[in-house]
Amino acid sequence: MAHEMKMNKKNMVVVEGSYAVAHAVKTCRPNVISAYPITPQTHIVEDLSKFMADGEIPNCEYINVESEFSALSALVGSSAVGARSYSATTSQGLELMHEVLFNVAGMRLPIVMTVTNRAVSAPINIWNDQQDSISQRDTGWIQLYAENIQEVSDMTAQAFKISEDRDIMMPSMTCMDGFILSHVYEPLILLEQDITDEFLPPFKPERTLDPKNPLTFGAFADPHFYTEFRYQQECAMQKALKKIESVADEFYDMYGRYFGGLIDEYHTEDADIIIMAMGSIIGTIKDVIDRLREKNVKVGLLKVRAFRPFPAEAIMKVIRDAKVVVVLDKNISLGMNAGALFIETKSILYNTDITVPVIGYMIGQGGRDIPMSTIERIIAEAEEVIISGIKKESQFTDLKEELI
Amino acid sequence: MKIVPGAVCEAGTSRVNKTGGWRTFKPVYDYDKCIKCKLCELLCPDSSVLPKEDGYFEFDYDYCKGCGICANECPKSAITMVLEEK
Amino acid sequence: MKEIRIHGRGGQGSVTAAELLAVAAFADGKFSQAFPAFGVERRGAPVQAFTRINDTPIRLRSQIYEPDYVIVQDPTLLESVDVASGLKDDGVLIINSDFDPEKFKLDTKAKIMTVNATKIALDIIGMPIVNTVLLGAFAGATGEIRPESIMEAVRERFPGKVGDRNAQAIMKAYEMMEGQK
Repeated sequence: MAHEMKMNKKNMVVVEGSYAVAHAVKTCRPNVISAYPITPQTHIVEDLSKFMADGEIPNCEYINVESEFSALSALVGSSAVGARSYSATTSQGLELMHEVLFNVAGMRLPIVMTVTNRAVSAPINIWNDQQDSISQRDTGWIQLYAENIQEVSDMTAQAFKISEDRDIMMPSMTCMDGFILSHVYEPLILLEQDITDEFLPPFKPERTLDPKNPLTFGAFADPHFYTEFRYQQECAMQKALKKIESVADEFYDMYGRYFGGLIDEYHTEDADIIIMAMGSIIGTIKDVIDRLREKNVKVGLLKVRAFRPFPAEAIMKVIRDAKVVVVLDKNISLGMNAGALFIETKSILYNTDITVPVIGYMIGQGGRDIPMSTIERIIAEAEEVIISGIKKESQFTDLKEELI
Repeated sequence: MKIVPGAVCEAGTSRVNKTGGWRTFKPVYDYDKCIKCKLCELLCPDSSVLPKEDGYFEFDYDYCKGCGICANECPKSAITMVLEEK
Repeated sequence: MKEIRIHGRGGQGSVTAAELLAVAAFADGKFSQAFPAFGVERRGAPVQAFTRINDTPIRLRSQIYEPDYVIVQDPTLLESVDVASGLKDDGVLIINSDFDPEKFKLDTKAKIMTVNATKIALDIIGMPIVNTVLLGAFAGATGEIRPESIMEAVRERFPGKVGDRNAQAIMKAYEMMEGQK
């Protein structure tokens, strides 16, 4: 399916990324919002609080809490009674939610949460990388990563639709790079209320917490049953693979905007070098590719939009005929000397006939800026790999040796 | 510079950060009006009003941010805030 | 693409200035992007903010290393920050200062201009808030943007009297810089 964007500049406004998200949340008609402010997520919840105070979100409660743990716990209850429930957090806040994240996914509650990706302490650091959400990859949450504020705004509606599908019923994190996207002002089309009302009908779950028809959520499951619950969650994740694609297509049909389903591609058709990455770095890579294509460097981009569920088939199809794959990770699995996207990509290729070399770079830690020159240098090193093979499989980028 | 594992650092590093450049207005002190009440010294949030041996005071312009609390609180209006040339 | 880097201190409104510039440029028919590079977030600490203006949508997310224009909100920053870093030879560097441009010996071939934005702000707005004034100066010095678009963006952000006074100060700075060109 071809996706030609039909965006009219006349419909665009210049706003902050956080406002775009808050507006999108409002447009999705949530019933309960609970969040605890933390940099760089703060503007999202401030804007939502203002919408609430101005009476712009009808039929909605904003629950003030004393921590992120409580914020998500409050939503466990609200989502279980059938309320469309939303939160936003980042970094230490997300890590504090860790236990509840499993509960939400295990009780099959389709909560949507924006994560304004930020580094994790210590040392304390408020700037962007993706260590926070990547560290929650096994909690059972769908994870989508956006490249610009239009995408993260649109993704909010998509995430509710995916999560609330009765075949799925799994929560979603929509991930946007902290500061880089949460604090950027750029033009976008704010999520349209009329189309969204059609695209995203009211949340009507099969099973709700209701005193008239008492049910228990997340009940005890002993070794006779527990495995099967975990299996069901995995089945839902596998179904989500198709759903993420179909919802992106449906969104395109109705709104005329498309930023990829599970993945997106840029000049991959004939590419010898394919870069894989997630989030706001995508835009910078596209500019570098345009520059290098003028010099006849055959380089392309595979944007990974869904990290969970992991789009193994889609990725394999794209990188099959490349001569080298470069994976950029804004996270580190300490003790592996590699980032998560690199590790996953390598693992899906084993036991297949695909033998393309894969190299990894851990990049942009704690907000270190990623200039075009860094991407160009990485691509130059990838060209070397095509000629003389892998010298260093995975490495830190722009390390300042003089500090160590 | 070398970093120390664990981001452990010595105390008192804020002395390196001379905050005097933040000023728009600087406090100027009139010795004739001063009654040595010490309010300016006590209330300065940046410890930038320094007592002298004779009981009067002087400003540490390396760190004074020009907040104007001293001028505002001085009971004898001995401190005025003057637009800094820069 | 035109790239603008604003140097200021936390609390001086550098980030707001970059945002207003992006809003104004879009109103002028361009695509735009504005974003901050926060240091430790507190009043007084050096802050940078960036604006890009382009005819087509902007994808690049890196900070700005080779700006076409630099705006310095506080000249004392020159002691600690290399404000002219990477500035293009045919660029313009605008400093808020009551001194003449010749006083500033900076390592750049770009044109240096000064405007006493603090005085304009105190006279017209009544507070030493210079960010909007410097945007007027930017419009006058570079011709990259219409002063009306800046005034409109400022009035939208700060409705009522505050916006009106800012608009007046913007026009004053615009005219002063236009005269110097």
